[in-house]
Amino acid sequence: MAPVLELRGITKRFPGVLANDHVDFTLEEGEIHALLGENGAGKTTLMNILYGLYTPDEGEIYVRGKKAEIHSPADAIDMGIGMVHQHFMLVPVMTVTENIVLGAEPTRFGPFLNLREAAEHIRELSRTYGLEVDPDAYIRELPVGVQQRVEILKLLYRKADILILDEPTAVLTPQEVEELFEVIRSLVARGNSVIFITHKLKEVMTIADRVTVLRQGRVVGTTTPAETNEQELAAMMVGREVSLVVDKAPAQPGDVVLTVEDLHVLDDRGEPAVRGVSLEVRAGEILGIAGVQGNGQTELVEAITGLRPPLHGHIRIKGMETTWATPRRFFETGAAHVPEDRQRDGLVLSYPVRDNLVLNTYYKPPFAMGFLIKEKPIEENATRLVQEFDIRTPDIYTPVSNLSGGNQQKVIVAREFSRPIDLLVASQPTRGLDVGSIEYIHRRLVEKRDQGCAVLLVSSELDEIMALSDRIAVMYEGQIMAVLPAEATTREQLGLLMAGVRPETLSQPVETVEES
Amino acid sequence: MTPTTFDWTTFRHTHLRRERVLGVVYLLMGLLIWFLFFPSVEPGAQAKFGLNLVTAVKPPPLPDLVVPARGTILLVGLISAFIGGYQLARGFRDPQALMGVVLILFFVAFIVWATAGKSFNLTGMLASTLLRATPIAFGALSGIWCERTAVINIGIEGMMLSAAFTSVVVASAVHSLWWGLVAAMITGGILGFVLAVLAIRFRVDQIIAGTAINIFAVGLTSFLSSSWLSVRQDLNAAGNFKPIPIPVLAKIPIVGPIFFNVNIIIYLMIGLVILTHIVLFYTRWGLRMRAVGEHPKAADTLGINVYFMRYVSVTVGGVIAGLGGAYFTLGSVGRFDEAMTAGKGFIGLAAMIFGKWTPIGGFIASLIFGLADALQVKMAIMSVPIPSEFLLMAPYLVTIIVLSGVVGRAEPPAADGQPYVKE
Amino acid sequence: MSVQDVAVQKAAPPPTPTLRPRRWVAALQSLVLPLLAIITALIASSVFIIISDTELLALWRDFFAAPSIALTASAEKLRAAYSALLTGGLGDPVRIWEGLRTWLATGDNTAFIASLEGIDRTLVYSTPYIFAGLAVALGFRCGLFNIGAEGQLFVGALASAYIGYSIKGLPMIIHLPLALAAGAAAGAVWSAIAGVLKAYTGAHEVVTTIMLNYVAFRLSDYLLTGPMKRSGFNPVTPPVEPSAWLPKLAPDPLRFHAGFFLALAVAYFVYWFLWKTTWGFEIRTVGANPNAAKYAGMSVARNYIIAMGVSGALAGLAGTNEILGVNHFMAQAFSSGYGFDSIALALLGKSHPLGVVLASLLWGFLRAGATRMQSAAGIPIDIVQIVQGMVIVFVAAPALVRMIWRARFLEEEAETIFTRGWGA
Repeated sequence: MAPVLELRGITKRFPGVLANDHVDFTLEEGEIHALLGENGAGKTTLMNILYGLYTPDEGEIYVRGKKAEIHSPADAIDMGIGMVHQHFMLVPVMTVTENIVLGAEPTRFGPFLNLREAAEHIRELSRTYGLEVDPDAYIRELPVGVQQRVEILKLLYRKADILILDEPTAVLTPQEVEELFEVIRSLVARGNSVIFITHKLKEVMTIADRVTVLRQGRVVGTTTPAETNEQELAAMMVGREVSLVVDKAPAQPGDVVLTVEDLHVLDDRGEPAVRGVSLEVRAGEILGIAGVQGNGQTELVEAITGLRPPLHGHIRIKGMETTWATPRRFFETGAAHVPEDRQRDGLVLSYPVRDNLVLNTYYKPPFAMGFLIKEKPIEENATRLVQEFDIRTPDIYTPVSNLSGGNQQKVIVAREFSRPIDLLVASQPTRGLDVGSIEYIHRRLVEKRDQGCAVLLVSSELDEIMALSDRIAVMYEGQIMAVLPAEATTREQLGLLMAGVRPETLSQPVETVEES
Repeated sequence: MTPTTFDWTTFRHTHLRRERVLGVVYLLMGLLIWFLFFPSVEPGAQAKFGLNLVTAVKPPPLPDLVVPARGTILLVGLISAFIGGYQLARGFRDPQALMGVVLILFFVAFIVWATAGKSFNLTGMLASTLLRATPIAFGALSGIWCERTAVINIGIEGMMLSAAFTSVVVASAVHSLWWGLVAAMITGGILGFVLAVLAIRFRVDQIIAGTAINIFAVGLTSFLSSSWLSVRQDLNAAGNFKPIPIPVLAKIPIVGPIFFNVNIIIYLMIGLVILTHIVLFYTRWGLRMRAVGEHPKAADTLGINVYFMRYVSVTVGGVIAGLGGAYFTLGSVGRFDEAMTAGKGFIGLAAMIFGKWTPIGGFIASLIFGLADALQVKMAIMSVPIPSEFLLMAPYLVTIIVLSGVVGRAEPPAADGQPYVKE
Repeated sequence: MSVQDVAVQKAAPPPTPTLRPRRWVAALQSLVLPLLAIITALIASSVFIIISDTELLALWRDFFAAPSIALTASAEKLRAAYSALLTGGLGDPVRIWEGLRTWLATGDNTAFIASLEGIDRTLVYSTPYIFAGLAVALGFRCGLFNIGAEGQLFVGALASAYIGYSIKGLPMIIHLPLALAAGAAAGAVWSAIAGVLKAYTGAHEVVTTIMLNYVAFRLSDYLLTGPMKRSGFNPVTPPVEPSAWLPKLAPDPLRFHAGFFLALAVAYFVYWFLWKTTWGFEIRTVGANPNAAKYAGMSVARNYIIAMGVSGALAGLAGTNEILGVNHFMAQAFSSGYGFDSIALALLGKSHPLGVVLASLLWGFLRAGATRMQSAAGIPIDIVQIVQGMVIVFVAAPALVRMIWRARFLEEEAETIFTRGWGA
């Protein structure tokens, strides 16, 4: 029997990049086929081709044995292909029903919407598949886990049976991941076939029937979890042996550098996002903040770095009151900030590397005398840092928009790490980067710690938190659930805390570090 | 773990403070009404408000509404002060909404003050409000059609001006107002389509594309009117649509002559407000429009053709702007003058924002702008001791105040102004 | 390569301000697009020149009967139009040559001087364009679209005229700078209103500045018919004292005055301000990425206000220049839409002071030529605005020009962000 889906020799070029290089891929009916590769390996590009968002430069697609011409998502939907994108494709100001029916709306009396009928149908679907959701709720009011259910319902509503899930676990707690896996298994049991895109080895081992590994746009190999192990997959994915742990000596904590006391912060909508957070970071240690995205980490960091005025509470850096400080004052206390979204906040993409390297120090000697810009020191600074931090750029006049994600992040790291600093706030410092850049940035972070800098690390990658932190604070719904010593903590404990389970109710007693 | 010493009642208090401020503002408005208007009114002076249109003969004339000026001002100020006092003492559930009420009170006091000892045709002013609101409402509707699919149309002014020109020329040439109206719609539609092509196909910065259309329209209409219309005066004499009374409805006192005895273009405008509302919120097309405006990529992944939606909606927006242009000529004076739109297209955009990108809201906002405009004319006629130039500034100043969000902020469609790049 | 990274790779670099030797090639290349845009616009406007002539239109109606008549007549019309444009903007070479010969032969230079009228007009017309173009360009650099230069021009003119005629007996060295400063300050204050509204309430500057335009026009109506009116019938101000005039630098009947050099100096100042000072760095950063500016410790609100204020000051100087350099009194019709034209200039000059100066010279030439086109060939002067609208479109849509000229050799250029949506 022909496979339900077959890709042959798919090639896609972007200016300067070969995103997919003669990729072959088959999906059998009723299987869960993982597509594994690190960031930038071409997984998403391949799936966007399959879903009609990109047109391949070469190659053919066969659906159920027949050659398929997929020029748009509409074609893909017609062939029963559905995709849950990494960034959800939901309209926040519309209801669940409106989002699900969009593009396939039931109507009556000609063009008029019949949303009541649709809502009924959605209720039925969610009962059948155990995807609980209120059809009349607005998307913006739903937690991400529920939003993902809506995305899956979108596919089921269209009767898709080839389901593509692009990094679906990125925004979920370990427990939610388990639930998602249950849903995926029940989908497959009902005759659907699933392509599961991920860069996480553990997930592949748990859920996949088969796995295809992609590296730099090429297929490295296809295997089954039974025939392989994590180390081998990692080597396939990266192309060399990778150490899955970061080498670091035990921390030698010094004085308290950052103190946060009973902090309350509102988010953009005026809702409380941080609700009574207290923590301390000492010189020479890394405090990792774990938690599913959207539990107040962003607002906490913004408050500490002066980007968002807190409602209540205190922030002190080296004993100086910085509760209402501006970002400038924050930097001037000898602190540094690697922002969560490098392209939005951390860089001016149209500016050359040179100017981005003085983005927050341009007004100070030696880069300026009074209000006059001094070009020479700025250029010397840039030349030095490009070399020191190994930023791959043609020259210091190249706009950072022309650099790769990893090198863009290196520009930020170079700028923030090259100043004498006592406090470093790093938010999602390795998001979307390749393994090489991740290793590099991890090394630099540990190096800063060893130099006696206090590091506050926020990351939604549990592995990153566990590998780097000396202490781990788990954040859930704007509060710190517990602060744990890193070496004595397990993934399971963290997962439960991230899901909002109170430490005192955990079956194994967790040693909590009390704040003084 | 993490003791929350912060109590949320403190937080409520900070909110309460804002509510207190509002209370004080309302109270002060009451005092302001007394101080501004009371002293300069002669004791015993009466304000006489006519309730019949001068032109209206058929419905039995209503008696004039006569009120004692001082007493009314006193009363109105008192009500405002009371609202403020109550807000301070007890608090209303929605204190923001009361801003509208208080502003209306202030407006009433102002009119009574201006009318004291004279007479003022209230129905006449309301009728002229609708007339003056009409092009603004067309502008707002045009903007809604474009911006709900996330294309900013700042070229409404130019579209109106061009349509005003072609409508007169065509109507004069073929001696048919109807063909003039069609020509206006076609002109607007073409310019709308041009904007769509620039914004969608060529991804020109939308505000700049709109500005280019404006400059081009001003230039072309002035160019053609000085090269053609100055020679051929007969091409600039189209006449205008006459009011059509709707049976029965037109006989309702006050409302009848204002809403149901107007010309076809105004009926079209009212019809379009309702139609746009229905399309936007109750049809498949509207749902897709809104989705394209908020999250085009989401719409795209569901097989909706984002570009097609935008092309059609922006062209429709252009057609509506064209109708608005025809109102300046065929709907009122019957001839074309250079730069006759006088910024109404831009005020229409402000009305759209004020109305939070909804047709009904935009219409109400247009009425407010129309009122400011109508009032300005009336005041000049009644020789109120304010220079006429300052009264003429009123609609523009109101626009600025409205845009500053004094009366509440609105969120535009999330993707507004961003070209959609399909990789 | 993730989707995001790919998208970023495709956006090519915008021009870097600092010109390095090997960037001269790129700089020259960046001239190609504006030039093509202008040529395209001129060709397209030929169509309008033809249809504006009712006699020609009649000939075209009989095109199929006698195609050559229509074609030759149109060609003749266009030739007349464009030669009027050239002689109007640069002067008639024959007259210049004759004038020069007479001067050298007889020592009588009146004919020569009169023959320079074209170039004189071009320079005099381009002066306010430089100021106003710089105003809009500076706004663009901060991500602000100052569409209200016209209104700022009016208040600048009013203020400088007032200082110019009301104060008497001051020496020029004090009076002239004072009048200039008054004009700049008035423009700055007027536009800073929009800046403050943008910074603190998020009201979009496009609509607020347009509304402020109308308010400025009404205000000037009021002042010219009331408090600032000269005795007599016309609504104009009293004449400005000669001590506040911008010195004339050429003999009569030429009108060339010091304003031109002032404009060049101001253009250099704007360049220096934007690229050599920390204030300029902040303004450009806010314009390029307000989020990053905020992250880096800059005050977005303060920069909006500063940029808007400086922009308004420049626009105010454009009006002031006309009052103190050309008219020497203020009348309602003193500006022929410099404020609106300046948008095209800023775009054409890519928001760079040097580009703005070049674009302004071109515009001054077009305007001077168009005046002559009107008198000599009967083509309404509004043709300039038509050309302008098209130039804006073509400059803002490089892809369109590339398509028309099938110019694949032109590199994909950075599509600079000029404005943002209605949001903050």
